[in-house]
Amino acid sequence: MGRLVINLIRLGLVICSLGLSHGHADDGTISAVQEYRDLLSDSNPAELWILSGEELWFSTTNPNEVSLEKCDLGKGPGVLKGAYVELPRYFPDVEKVMDLEQRLIHCRMVIQGLSRYEATSYPFTKRGEETSEIEMLVTFIASESKGMRMNIPLNHVAEKNMFDLGKQLFYFRAGSHDFGCITCHSGDNKRIRLQELPNFKNQEQARKTYGSWPAYRVSAGEVRTMQHRLYDCFRQQRFPEATYGDDLMTALIMFLAKSADGGLYNAPAMKR
Amino acid sequence: MNLVSRPIKFTILCLVLGVSKLAFSTELNPQFHELLENGLRSKGPVQLEFFLQLDPIQKFCSESSVDIQGDKASLLMSEARQQIQYPDDGDYVGDWREGEKIAQSGKGLRFNDSDDTKNGGNCYACHQIRKEELAYGTLGPSLYQYGKLRGYSKEILRYTWGKIFNPQAFLICSNMPRYGHKGILTMEQMRDLMGLLLDPESPVNE
Ligand code: HEC
Ligand code: HEC
Repeated sequence: MGRLVINLIRLGLVICSLGLSHGHADDGTISAVQEYRDLLSDSNPAELWILSGEELWFSTTNPNEVSLEKCDLGKGPGVLKGAYVELPRYFPDVEKVMDLEQRLIHCRMVIQGLSRYEATSYPFTKRGEETSEIEMLVTFIASESKGMRMNIPLNHVAEKNMFDLGKQLFYFRAGSHDFGCITCHSGDNKRIRLQELPNFKNQEQARKTYGSWPAYRVSAGEVRTMQHRLYDCFRQQRFPEATYGDDLMTALIMFLAKSADGGLYNAPAMKR
Repeated sequence: MNLVSRPIKFTILCLVLGVSKLAFSTELNPQFHELLENGLRSKGPVQLEFFLQLDPIQKFCSESSVDIQGDKASLLMSEARQQIQYPDDGDYVGDWREGEKIAQSGKGLRFNDSDDTKNGGNCYACHQIRKEELAYGTLGPSLYQYGKLRGYSKEILRYTWGKIFNPQAFLICSNMPRYGHKGILTMEQMRDLMGLLLDPESPVNE
């Protein structure tokens, strides 16, 4: 049921947001989006993703016909509250650090019997196609931590190592344009065209930014995850394509999550 | 009589080579290299193998604490200055109308672009240029009235060309892409951008 509704609503919202996103590119665009946000502030369409994600979490429509309730996201099997604000983390059963999405891939393969391909091949909803199950699950699981504080202590040596790798990646400048995350996200009040760029060296901004994903993107009419945001920054950065579910993203997310440590987790948000 | 025995000589040679290799090494630490190699893949015009070969400037600027005042920085900048290719005198300034199109376009060299996409300069992503274009970014300084404020002397032409060809030749680890050095834009396209900034008739200099 929920999923059908999402698809209907997506259609409607895309149509009504077209007027905004294709509007004249002046500073008025920012205030128009703000107005639109205020208008919808009590009713973030991401609610629908949460409902559908919950439905999927309990669903037994998979090869092994079991729900994800046995999936341990770090706080015990089936415990969702507070799981997201402590991820990525070290998982002793697999002896590695995983972010939420790697852990979900693991659970869906091991508990539900999906193939790796089935668990990873459709992470981001494509225009005009069905909503990605991963985006729905992630939005639901993350929303269960809303109102809590980011808590990334880096106690395990493997976690510390992942953080160091992520930090290296943040400063890494390569490719045809010599861009790194650092190019676009290390100064205050900077913009690319009209898009404001958060400064991850500023703890307040890092907290606010990290704590807002997944987010409902008005311009896309979709809920997007942090993975999708980073996938697209790689593209703008002229980097090669990032493989979904690989350690590379987990390292980067570990660095960003730690930069936001102690901050309020307040997603799903609404964005341009 | 030889004062230094052959094995010791050999060791010294190795040490010298080893040290100089370290100082100019463009290799990544193995664990980080593996992370990139496994987590990224070639697509469209972006080839992983090529991407993983950093040039000395990229390697230098990838450290989280870079000393942009030190000797290494000066060396890299002077090397970069020597590699700039300048046009013939009197041939610096192209068509500003074409230059405006190049400054607007952000196309090219992304993994979703096709190999034959004509690359843009995307200057508006970071710079104010024409007064009429309000959707400009602020990572770089405003270039509005660039020529009007600086004049049209040969020195300015040469400096500006060099800056577009390789900004890091003048400011190491600049955030601006090395359009000429990395072959992002052709000589012709850079001339047209020069026109946008330094033709007295260009709307930038009204
Ligand atoms: C060439 C420019 C560029 C580079 C390089 C870049 N980004 Fe971004 N990033 C952007 C832009 C532009 C936006 C804002 C998009 C928008 O508002 O729609 C953004 C947005 C983001 C956001 C969401 C911001 C928010 O307000 O919620 C995150 C997180 C982010 N980037 C992380 C990164 C990381 C990590 C890297 C390096 C892997 C990176 N970016 C590299 C341009 C860049
Ligand atoms: C990703 C950001 C970025 C892009 C894209 C970019 N620039 Fe820059 N540019 C900068 C920054 C930052 C500076 C100042 C630091 C420096 O001098 O290197 C700068 C400086 C300059 C200067 C020197 C200004 C002065 O007063 O000395 C010129 C000229 C210039 N840019 C032209 C261009 C042109 C032409 C393009 C497009 C082909 C372009 N830039 C694209 C970031 C950018």
